Amino acid sequence: MFPPLGLFVLCLLTTSCTDIVLNNPYSQQESQKAVIYSSFSERPKHLDPARAYSSNEYAIIAQVYEPLFQYHYLKRPYQLVPLLAKEMPLVSYYGHSGEKLPRNTSAARIAYSEYYLSLQGGVQFQPHPAFNLALHKALPNEWDRQSLNSLASNTRTLTSDDFIYQIKRLADPATQSPIAGLMKNYIVGFADFMQAQGVLQKEQPHLRKAERLHSLNLSGVRKIDDLHFIIRIKGKYPQFLNWLAMPFFAPMPWEADAFYSNAELVKKNMTLDWFPIGTGPYWLKENNPNRRIVLEKNPNFHLETYPAEADTIFKKMGLLHDAGKKLPLTEKVIFSLEKESVPYWNKFLQGYYDVSGISSDSFDQAVSFSATGNIGLTQDMQDRGISLQTAVTTSSYYFGFNMMDKVVGGDSDSARLLRQSISIAIDYEEYISIFQNGRGVPAQSIIPPGIFGHVSGKEGVNPTTYRWQEGYKRRSLEEAKVLLTKAGFPSGRNVKTGEQLVLYFDTMDSGPDSKARLNWLRKQFRKLNIELVVRATDYNRFQEKMRNGSAQMFMWGWNADYPDPENFLFLLYGKNAKALHGGENASNYQNAEFDRLFEQMSSMNNTAERQVIIDQMISISRKDAPWVWGFHPKAFSLHHAWYKNSTPNLMANNKTKYVRVEPIARKAYQNKWNQAVIWPLVIGLFMLLLLVVPAVISYRKIERATAL
Amino acid sequence: MINYILRRLLYVFPVLLGVNILTFVLFFVVNSPDDMARMQLGDKHVSQEAVDNWKVQRGYDLPLLWNEGVSGLSKAQETIFFKKSISLFLLDFGLSDSGRDILSDISQRMWPSLALAIPSLIVGLLVNITFALLLIFYRGSYLEYGGLFLCIALMSISGLFYIIAGQYLVGKLLVLTPISGYAPGTDAFKFIILPVLIGVVGGLGAGARWYRTLFLEESSRDYVRTAKAKGLSDLNVLFRHVLKNAMIPILTGIVVVLPLLFMGSLITESFFGIPGLGSYTIDAINRQDFAIVRSMVFLGSFLYIIGLLLTDLSYTLVDPRVRLD
Repeated sequence: MFPPLGLFVLCLLTTSCTDIVLNNPYSQQESQKAVIYSSFSERPKHLDPARAYSSNEYAIIAQVYEPLFQYHYLKRPYQLVPLLAKEMPLVSYYGHSGEKLPRNTSAARIAYSEYYLSLQGGVQFQPHPAFNLALHKALPNEWDRQSLNSLASNTRTLTSDDFIYQIKRLADPATQSPIAGLMKNYIVGFADFMQAQGVLQKEQPHLRKAERLHSLNLSGVRKIDDLHFIIRIKGKYPQFLNWLAMPFFAPMPWEADAFYSNAELVKKNMTLDWFPIGTGPYWLKENNPNRRIVLEKNPNFHLETYPAEADTIFKKMGLLHDAGKKLPLTEKVIFSLEKESVPYWNKFLQGYYDVSGISSDSFDQAVSFSATGNIGLTQDMQDRGISLQTAVTTSSYYFGFNMMDKVVGGDSDSARLLRQSISIAIDYEEYISIFQNGRGVPAQSIIPPGIFGHVSGKEGVNPTTYRWQEGYKRRSLEEAKVLLTKAGFPSGRNVKTGEQLVLYFDTMDSGPDSKARLNWLRKQFRKLNIELVVRATDYNRFQEKMRNGSAQMFMWGWNADYPDPENFLFLLYGKNAKALHGGENASNYQNAEFDRLFEQMSSMNNTAERQVIIDQMISISRKDAPWVWGFHPKAFSLHHAWYKNSTPNLMANNKTKYVRVEPIARKAYQNKWNQAVIWPLVIGLFMLLLLVVPAVISYRKIERATAL
Repeated sequence: MINYILRRLLYVFPVLLGVNILTFVLFFVVNSPDDMARMQLGDKHVSQEAVDNWKVQRGYDLPLLWNEGVSGLSKAQETIFFKKSISLFLLDFGLSDSGRDILSDISQRMWPSLALAIPSLIVGLLVNITFALLLIFYRGSYLEYGGLFLCIALMSISGLFYIIAGQYLVGKLLVLTPISGYAPGTDAFKFIILPVLIGVVGGLGAGARWYRTLFLEESSRDYVRTAKAKGLSDLNVLFRHVLKNAMIPILTGIVVVLPLLFMGSLITESFFGIPGLGSYTIDAINRQDFAIVRSMVFLGSFLYIIGLLLTDLSYTLVDPRVRLD
C-alpha cells in the first residue's frame, strides 16, 4: 500500500526520512509471499489449449493444463516422462488387413499404430463453477457479475472421457485449432469427425457445443474404462508422442463448454478461451490481459514431486536441492503487462521482476566479454547477485532461396554453384556479432544443437561453406568468387550477356530499424559484385509472395515444436513445399533422394541407423544449398539471487512449478535497492522558493509603479 | 436551441456512415479476409481449409460490398460491409475477431485511461493558464523572457524524452514512484502521479504559449484599460476579467476533447503499463482485427461530433451574446 499522502509530503520535506520504499508496484502482503513476478509484453490471444500455439500463451496455460506426458526437467537429451499418464504408452502396430504386427516391423508395412494410454487415478480438476451443474442452467441473481471466483465451485475426478472430449474439440471446426489440419492426416476418423461436425453445426446451429461433440463418435479414439483409452493413428508416427506432451492434448471436461456457453458470460468476456479449467499445479485466479494475469496454487493438485534424478551437470549446479519436495514450490505467479523494454529492465534491476531477458538496449549494461571472448556479467550485475544463463535455442533462422525461381532456384549446376557462392559470402558470424550482440551460433546444418541428428565438432562442419581449422572457419571470398565464375557469373556478370547479376530480397522489414540490416545484406552481395534489390512489402503481401512462390530470396525462421529431427528436416521435404502444397517448406525445395530418406527417417527411433540417414540428408541439403543455414539463436536470461532451480529447458513449458523463490531475501534486496532519495527534491523546492523572491520583488514594483 | 441540437444530431448519421465506409475501404484495401484469418490462426501449420473455416465462423466468407450471388436487397445486405456495420449504429460492437466482447473491453479499459487523462487535463490546464497569466503579468521583464525561453525549450523536446527521462530521474534515480504499473482504486495514485507530472511538464511549453497569446489579445482591450484606470490591481484584472473573457477559445480547446479523454494515450500508457484504451486501436490494427478497428473509429468519430456539439453549447454558457438558432 502507498503510505498516506501526509507521510509522502513529510518525506519530501525532510532529509532524515531514509528507510522508505515508495516505488513497490505490488501490495506489501504479496511481496512477502512465495510469489513469482513475471511479465508479458503482449496479451495472449488464446488460453484455450486447443487453440493456443505461441510461447506467451504457453507460459500461462502450461501451468494450468497438463497433458499426458512432459519433458524431464533435468535430463538431456530431452526425455518424455509420464505426467497425467500412469506410464509411457503401449504402442501396437497393425497391418492393412488388421493383423497385429511385431514391434520391429518396417514402417512401410504398418497401416495403423495404437497408443494404449493409462491414466493416474484420483486426479482432480481445479475447483471451478463449471462443475457446479446447477449453474449450467442459469447464473444466480446475487452473483456480482465481476468475477467467476465469487460463484460456488465444485470439482470432479479426471477420466479418459476428458481426453477424448478434447480430441473431439481439436477436430471441431468451431474450435479452429491450428493443428486440426495436421492431425486429420494422422488420427483415424479425425477428418470424418471434422466434416460431420461442420454439417451438424450448419443443420443444428442451436445445439450446444458439448452436446454436439457428444452426439458423434471419433472412430480413432476409444475409451476402455475411466482410466484407459486408445488412440489409433495412421501408419507409424513416433513423433505423435511428442504431440501428446503438448497442451493441445490436455484433458478438457465437457462441463467447461457447457458452462461457458452462457451468453451472459460471453458478454463479460468470461470464456474458456480466457478462463481455463485444468488439473495443473496452478489455476488462473485473475485474468485482466490488459494489466495482469494471476495464477494461484491449485488446492486440488495431485501429488507430484521435484525430480530426484538429474544429469551430472545439473547435480553440480545444485538443482537437486529440492528433490522429493511436493510441487509447486510457489504459492502464486503474477504476470504484469510490460509493453516496453526500458521500464521492464529498470524494474528488474530494482528487484520487482525475478527474471529478465536482455534486450539490445541493456546488453552492454549486463554483459561483458573477457579478453578471451568468454561471456560474463558486468561488475554491477555481479554485485547485485544476478546470475546469467545461456542456452542455444532449438531454433533456426536462415536465409532462403526460392527453389522455384529461375535464377537462384532449380537443380541446375549453375544455380547450385550460385547458391553455394552466396552461402559463403553472407558472413553470419558478422551478422551475429552486429545484430545479435554475439547471441547465436552459426548453423552448419538445419538441425540445431540439442536435437538428435546434430553433429558438433569437426564431423559437423558444412564443407560447402566452412572448413575445419581448430574450429569452424568460413571459406574465403576468393573461393566464393570461383564458384560464382563456375556458375556463369564471373565478377558478378552474366557470362553470356555481360549484364550485372541482379538478385531480389523479399522482406517485410521496411522500417528504420531494419535499414542497417538491409544495408548489411546489400554489402554481403556487393562482395561478389551482385546487386541486391530489396523488395520490402507489408506482412500480408510478403506472406502472399511466399505462398504463391514469387519471392526470390527471404529470411525465415523455425522454432521446434518438439525435440526430434523430423520437426526440422520436414522443412525441406518436397511434399511440404509451401507454394505447391501449402506446407512449411518455404524454399519449395524438392529432391527425390532427400524425400525418400525423409520418409524412411521420420518413422524411426533415435538409433545409429537413423543418424546415418540424417547425415545423408544433411549432406544432400548442404550440397544443394536451398538455405544459407544462418544461425541458431542463443537465449540469455538473468536471474536474481532469490530465484532458485532455474535451468534452461527449451522444451518444457511447465517449468514454473519447479521454481522456488526466497521472499525474505527478495524483500531485503528490494529495500536495499529502492530507498527513496529525498534530498534533491528538497533542494529543488528550495530553488523554486528562491525563484519566487525576484517575482515578488517585481510584483511589488509593478504594484507600486505610477501609471505615467 | 433544441432545434439546433436536433439538427446537429441528425448530421451525425451521414457523417458516421461516411466514416464507416472510409474505414471499411481503407482496411480492406490493405488486408483481405484471408490475411485476417492467417493473422488470427498463427504462422504454423495453417492450411487453406483452416482459413476458409475461420472466415465462415466469423462471417468473412461473404463478398465485401456487393453480393452478385443473391437477388434484390440481399445484394447489399448479404455482404461483410452490411453485416458488420449495421449493428454499430445501435452501438452494438459485438465480438472482436479474437472472440472478446468489444464493449466489455472498452468499459474495462476506459477507467485507467480516465484516471490518467482527467488529472492530466485539470492539472495541466491550471498550470498552463496560471503560467500564461504570470507571463502576461511580468510582461517585458526578465521573468517573462525567462518564462518564454523555458516554454520554447520545453516545446523543443520530444514527448518520448520526457517519459524516459522522467522514469529515469523519478523512478530510477530518486526511487520515488513505481516506474510502471497500475492498480485500481486509490492504489492508482502512486502509479499515475509520475505520468501526470510528465504530461503536465511536457505540455507546459505549448499550452502556456497558446494561452498567453489568448490573454495578450484580451489584455489589450478597452475594458482592461478601464479596469486598471478604476484602480484594480493587475492580478485582479488578469484573473477576474481577462481570464473570464478569454474563456471561449479556452473552452473550444477543452470541451471538444472531453469525450475523447477515455480513448487514452498510446505512448504514455505503453511506457507506464497503464491498461487503458490508448493502445487498443493500434494493437487491433497490428493484429488486423477489423471488428475492433471499425468499432473504435466509429466510437471516436461519434465522440468527436458530440464534443463539437458540446463546445457550441458551452459558448452560450460563458458568453450570453452567443445564441444558437
